[in-house]
Amino acid sequence: MMRRLWITLTYIVFALLLIAPLVKIFTGSWADGLNGFVEAITRPQSLHALMMTAIIVVVVTALNTIFGVMLALYLVRAEWISPRMKRLLNSLVDLPFAVSPVIGGLMIVLILGPNTVIGAMFEDAGFKIVYALPGMILATLFVTFPLMVREVMPVLQEIGAQQEEAASTLGAYSWYTFWKVTWPSIRWGVIYGVVLTVARSLGEFGAVLVVSGNIMNKTQTATTLVYQDVENFNVVAANGIALVLAAFSVGLLLLMEWAKKRKEVH
Amino acid sequence: MHIEVRNLNKNFGDFHAVRDVSFEIEKGHLIGLLGPSGGGKTSILRMLAGLETPSSGDILFHGKRVNDLPPQERGIGFVFQNYALFKHMTVYDNIAFGLKVKKQSKEQIRERVMYLVELTGLKGFEHRYAHQLSGGQRQRVAFARALAPEPQLLLLDEPFAAIDAKIRTELRTWLKEMIERVGITSIFVTHDQEEAIEVADEIMIISKGRLEQKGSPWDIYKNPQTPFVAGFIGESTIVDNIGEFKGFEDAASSPGTKALIRPEYIEIGKPGEIKLASATLPGIVKHLHFRGSEWMVELLVGDTKLITYRSLEKEVLHPGDKVSVLVHRAYLFNDNDSWIAENTLKVDPMPIHI
Repeated sequence: MMRRLWITLTYIVFALLLIAPLVKIFTGSWADGLNGFVEAITRPQSLHALMMTAIIVVVVTALNTIFGVMLALYLVRAEWISPRMKRLLNSLVDLPFAVSPVIGGLMIVLILGPNTVIGAMFEDAGFKIVYALPGMILATLFVTFPLMVREVMPVLQEIGAQQEEAASTLGAYSWYTFWKVTWPSIRWGVIYGVVLTVARSLGEFGAVLVVSGNIMNKTQTATTLVYQDVENFNVVAANGIALVLAAFSVGLLLLMEWAKKRKEVH
Repeated sequence: MHIEVRNLNKNFGDFHAVRDVSFEIEKGHLIGLLGPSGGGKTSILRMLAGLETPSSGDILFHGKRVNDLPPQERGIGFVFQNYALFKHMTVYDNIAFGLKVKKQSKEQIRERVMYLVELTGLKGFEHRYAHQLSGGQRQRVAFARALAPEPQLLLLDEPFAAIDAKIRTELRTWLKEMIERVGITSIFVTHDQEEAIEVADEIMIISKGRLEQKGSPWDIYKNPQTPFVAGFIGESTIVDNIGEFKGFEDAASSPGTKALIRPEYIEIGKPGEIKLASATLPGIVKHLHFRGSEWMVELLVGDTKLITYRSLEKEVLHPGDKVSVLVHRAYLFNDNDSWIAENTLKVDPMPIHI
C-alpha cells in the first residue's frame, strides 16, 4: 500500500516538473493559432536571436571538441607534465561546474570589459569582446568546457596506453596513431560530449546575459529573447521560441541515448 | 641484431628501478629476463624498445647508440603482456598495421599477412576481432603483428602470463620453435623460472634492478654466482649451522657462513642403504608428500629441516622413520664470498681393497 503511494507520488512529481511545462509551452505557443506561432518566430529579433544561438553553438562546439580532446589527451597521456601539475589542471577543469554561470560571465566582463586595460586594447584595435559575439562565445565556452574533457578522460584511462605504444613500435607516429588507434576508441565518448556541449550552449542563459548586455538584434540569443518577451508580457512569442528550443532539446536527448548505447558497445 | 647495454639506470622519482645494468646479446639468441615481479625486468625491456627513456647509460644496436631514437625507428617488435591488440580491427588489419604504416602496396601487404597467418596457424580467423579469440590465439596475433614489419629484435613482456596453465606449455614450445624458425634475436621477460629454463638459450637474472647473473640455464643452475641466484633457481633450503654437518666442518672456519642445499643434493636411505656410511648424518622423516612421480620427503636433521625427493621404486618411508642422510654438496655463502663445497668425506677415508 505504502509502496504504491510512493510510486504514484513519484509519477506526480515527474509530471509536474517535466511534462506540465512542456505541455504549457506547447499550448501557449498555439494560443493565437498557427499564425501567432509563425509570427512569433519570424519576427526579425527572433530570427536574429536564433541565428546568434546557432553561431554560438557551432563555434563553441567546434572549439570545445578540439581543445577538450587535446586537454584530455594531455592530462591522461603526457609524460612531460608532472603529476602535481596534472592534478592542478584536473581540478581547474571542474571550475566552471563549481562557479555559477553568472559569475563566470561577470569575470569575463571584469577582465575583458571596455573599461579594463585588455578590453580597451582590443577595442582600439577594432575588436569588441564584451557586449559582442566574441564575449558570448567565450562565456559559453567557459561554461561548457568541462563537458568534453570529463567525457573523454575516463575512456582514455580505461583503454590505457598500450595500444598506442604497440602502434609506435610498429612504426606509426602520433598523428597516424591518433586517427587509427585512439580515435576509434574514444569516438563515441566524443560524440556524447558534443551532444552535451550543444545542449548546454543552446540553453546557456546566465553567463551570456551578463556578457552580451542583451541588445535586441545585436547580442540577443534565443534564451535571452525568451527572457525579454516574458518581461514584456509577450507570452505567446516567448512560448514560441521556447518550443523551438525544446524541440531541439528532445532531438538531442534522443541522440544522446543513442550515443550512450554505442559508447557502451565499443 | 647484436645488442649491447652499458651501465643502464632508470629512476622513477625516488624509486631506482634499474641499477647499472650492462650486458651483451649475440645475434639470433633467445634471452630470458628472469626475476621476481617488480624487479625492473619490464623497465629494461621498455627501454630497449624506446618506450621508456633511460636515466643514464647507453643502448647500442649493431654498435650504434640508439638512446635518442624513438620506438618507431628502432626496428623492433614488441609483444605486450596483455597483447594490446587493436580491438576495433580484425586479425588481418592488426597484422597489416605495421605494413600499412610503411605504405607498402596492397598485394605486398596481403602476401606478408597471409604468410604470417599461415605461419601462426590463424588461417580462417583473419576476419575475427580480438574479443572473438581465445587467449592463445590472441598471443599468436600479437606475435604475428610484431613480426610483420620484419623487425631485427623481438621483445616479449610476460608472453605467457595471461594464458591458462594447460595451454601455456604448448605455447612455449610453439614460440621457441617459431623464433628459431624466423631466426630473430629475441628477449622475453618472465617471473617463471621453469618457463625461462625451458625456452631461453640464455637467462639473465634480474633482482631489485640489478643484473645478478647471465648465462645458459644449466650454467646458472650449476654455478650460481650470488646467494640470490642460488635461492631463486631450483628448490632449496637454507641451513644456518652448516659447520655441524658431516663433511662440511670446514665451513665453520669462516664465521657467518650459511648453506643453501637443493633437494637433489641430498640422498637418503634406511640405515645401511648408503655405502658411504661415514659421510652420513642421522635424520628422522617428518612428513611425506606424494608428488605424482615421486615422494617429497621432509627430514629433520638435528633441528634443521631439509627437503629431498625419493623415487617411488625405493622402499616406502613413513613419518618417524630413522634414515641416514648424505649431503653431496652445498652452496656456501657469507657476507664476502660464495662457493660450492663438496662433501669432504665422500671420498672414503678408509677404502677397503679386496
